[in-house]
Parts: sequence; C-alpha cells; structure tokens
Amino acid sequence: MDYTFHWRPVFRKLPDLLEAGLVTMEVAVLAMLVGVVLGLALAVMRMSGSRALTWFPVVWIELARNTPALLQLFFFGFGLGAFGIHLAPFLIVLCGLSFNNAGYLAETFRGGFNAVPPTQIRAARSLGMTQTQAYVRIVIPQVLRVVYHPMTNQMVWSVLMSSLAMLVGFRELAGETQFLASKTYRIFEFFLVSAAIYYVIVKVILAGSRLLSWRLFRY
Amino acid sequence: MDATSVFTDFQFSDVGFLLEAAGRTLLISLLAISIGTVFGCLFGWVLSVAKTAGEVTLGLILDVFRSVPLIIQLILFYNFFPIIGFNLSPFAAGTVVLVFYTSALVAAVARGGIDSVSISLRRASRSLGMTYWQDLRYVVCPIGLRAVLPSWAGVALGVLKDSALVSVLGYVELLRASQILITRTQEPFLIITVVGAFYFALSFPISRLSARLERRWQYD
Repeated sequence: MDYTFHWRPVFRKLPDLLEAGLVTMEVAVLAMLVGVVLGLALAVMRMSGSRALTWFPVVWIELARNTPALLQLFFFGFGLGAFGIHLAPFLIVLCGLSFNNAGYLAETFRGGFNAVPPTQIRAARSLGMTQTQAYVRIVIPQVLRVVYHPMTNQMVWSVLMSSLAMLVGFRELAGETQFLASKTYRIFEFFLVSAAIYYVIVKVILAGSRLLSWRLFRY
Repeated sequence: MDATSVFTDFQFSDVGFLLEAAGRTLLISLLAISIGTVFGCLFGWVLSVAKTAGEVTLGLILDVFRSVPLIIQLILFYNFFPIIGFNLSPFAAGTVVLVFYTSALVAAVARGGIDSVSISLRRASRSLGMTYWQDLRYVVCPIGLRAVLPSWAGVALGVLKDSALVSVLGYVELLRASQILITRTQEPFLIITVVGAFYFALSFPISRLSARLERRWQYD
C-alpha cells in the first residue's frame, strides 16, 4: 500500500461540507413537503373512481416508480430543454425529487386510506358527526398511523436521492464533495467524510421520527 | 443538417446500441440481485439468530450501506480498491458495490421474513422431531417467503433502477449510453423518453408480477 492519506485538506474544508449538508437537508425536506402535497392529490384523484381523472395519477405513479430517479432528474434537467424550458440546478433537483416522492407517496396514502373501512365513516356520521369531523377525528388519525413508517422511509430516500444532484451540477453535499475533491485530488478522503455526514443526517431523521411517533401515538 | 456538422441525428442503428446497453444494465443488476440475495439471506439469518451480538457487529455494518447514498459508495469504493492494490474495472467495482448494497437491503428483508414465523410454530416443528435445518427449510422458508416476497421484489426493482448509477464510474449501461447519444444527437428529450421506455419495459413486468403474487397469496 503506497498511498498516503491526506486528511488536512478535508478538515480545512469541513465547514463547507457541513454547510452543504444543511443544503442537502433543505432540498430533501422541501422535496418531501411538495411530494406529500402532490402525493395526496394523486391518491385522491386515483381513488375518485372517475375514468377521466384516474389515468393521470396512474401514469405519474408508474413512471415515477419504474424509471431510475437519475433519469427523472435528467428529464427535468436536459429533456425539458427541448421545449425551451431551462431550470436552475436547484429547481431541477427539487422537481425531480418531488416527482419521485409524489409517485411513491401516492401509493402509500392510497394504502393508508384503504386500511380504514368505509363503515367507520358511516358509523361516525350516524353518531352525529359531520363529514369533516368524521375525517379529522376518525379517518386521518388511523391513516397517519399506517403511513407514518413508510413516510419516514421516504424521507430517508429523499435525502439519499438528493445526492444525485451532483450529476446535474447542484452543489449540495455530494456536489460540494465532488467539487472540493476534484480541486484537491483527495477523492477518497473527501467522499469518506461526506459518507459519514450522510450517515449522521439519516440517523438524525430516524431518531427525530421516533421521538415524534412517541408524541403522536401515545394511545 | 449539413454534412460538416459534428452532430448526427438519431438513427435506427442507435436502437441496437441502446439494446446492447440495456443488456449490460440487465447483466449487472441480475448479478447484483442474485449474489446479493444469497449473501443477504445469510446475513438475515445471522441477524435473527445472534440477536444483540449480530446487531452491534453485522447489523451496524449493513446499516451503513443503507444510510449512505449509493453514488457515494460507488465513488468511494472505486477509489478505494486501487489504494489497497486492486485495479478493478468499472464493471467489477460496480458489481462489488451493488452486491454489498443489495445484500444489506435483502438482509433486513430476510430477517423480517424469519421473524415473521411465530416461535411457537417453530417449537412445534422441532417437537415433531424435525432438525433445526429441516425446520428452517420446510417451515420457516415457505411461510417467511410469502410474507417478504413483495418487499424482496421491491429491493430487486430498486437495484435494477439504481444500477443506473454505475454509469458514474464509466460503465456503459443504459443511462451512460443515453448520455453518449444525447451528446452526439443533441436531442435530449427524444433519447430520455426512449431510454425511459427501456427501463420501464424492464421494471414494469416485475412490479406487476409481484403485485399479482401478493394478491393471490393473500387469499390462499
């Protein structure tokens, strides 16, 4: 083994890497929020039963789940150029990740809503609750319990997928790492530290999710 | 387009190039999924047998592969092998990393499958005179397999799609082929659509099949 590790350049750039880690979290959380909203809309459209409405979510969901996330990013990055739309790197990443998250979450939400039998809504209505009350007090809490764990997983995937941003020129953690590594030629050292930061981010999310679930599901 | 242009249009022969690349995507993912599944089942079994000891050793290592983005793992290992004296081709390095990654994901699935078989059922089989291995083969396997086959199919599909990331090492699979064609033809939309259709054609049948199996086994 005639390779000498040089850690100094990495430690000198550690603040930059940590800052980039924050950018990773930002973009992953944003993509998750947009994904939840779009995913809910897709799930509701798919469950509406009307033929005219169902094809759209079905196409979206199948495309999001059956093609690589990287290809989806490239579509928003380069493919849209054919129509004269040129997005900024941040928007490419946000659109690509949100598209992917929404496709997966729509199926999660559909499963969650299917897990609550419709007789419960009728029972709630016959007890004198309004439709809104029935949803807010009876259906949503049960759905939340079913979808909570898959949503946590999706959040982790959102962070892991955001690393693809380095291939479309956005400097979040992976992109910043590549940028610094190619400037100093300490590729292995930089990516090892970056891997450690990703690991910590994922663990923080999982711990946060567990704390929140204790608070949410006390009964 | 004039004759002196460096760019040429998308031609019919390019479909052959893409098919060849799709073959490479299929090859590397089949290798990763088959070898990774064998290792993953082994690791899953170890995790379910050696509860705490397995968790703090093997479990911790496998957890790293699940918590670090695959693209970082690929670059890291591709640059690590020469340090310890191996010069691996992009294909070999990509396969090794994908096998690690797959086995880490499958281990969690396999462990869940083994744990889904109730302990009283296993005690019953042992008290009927089955050996440990007979119990594993004739009781745990059939029941556990049904419980986790959909999740395993999910992992396999994920690996098939994630194999696109091996393109960063320079292995010319489907995604890399699309980038080469985009550079030559300057028609990104067309090529991304065609390549997307290729991935869809590989992935969609498997996801349908697993959904069907899941439904059928539920009613058995």
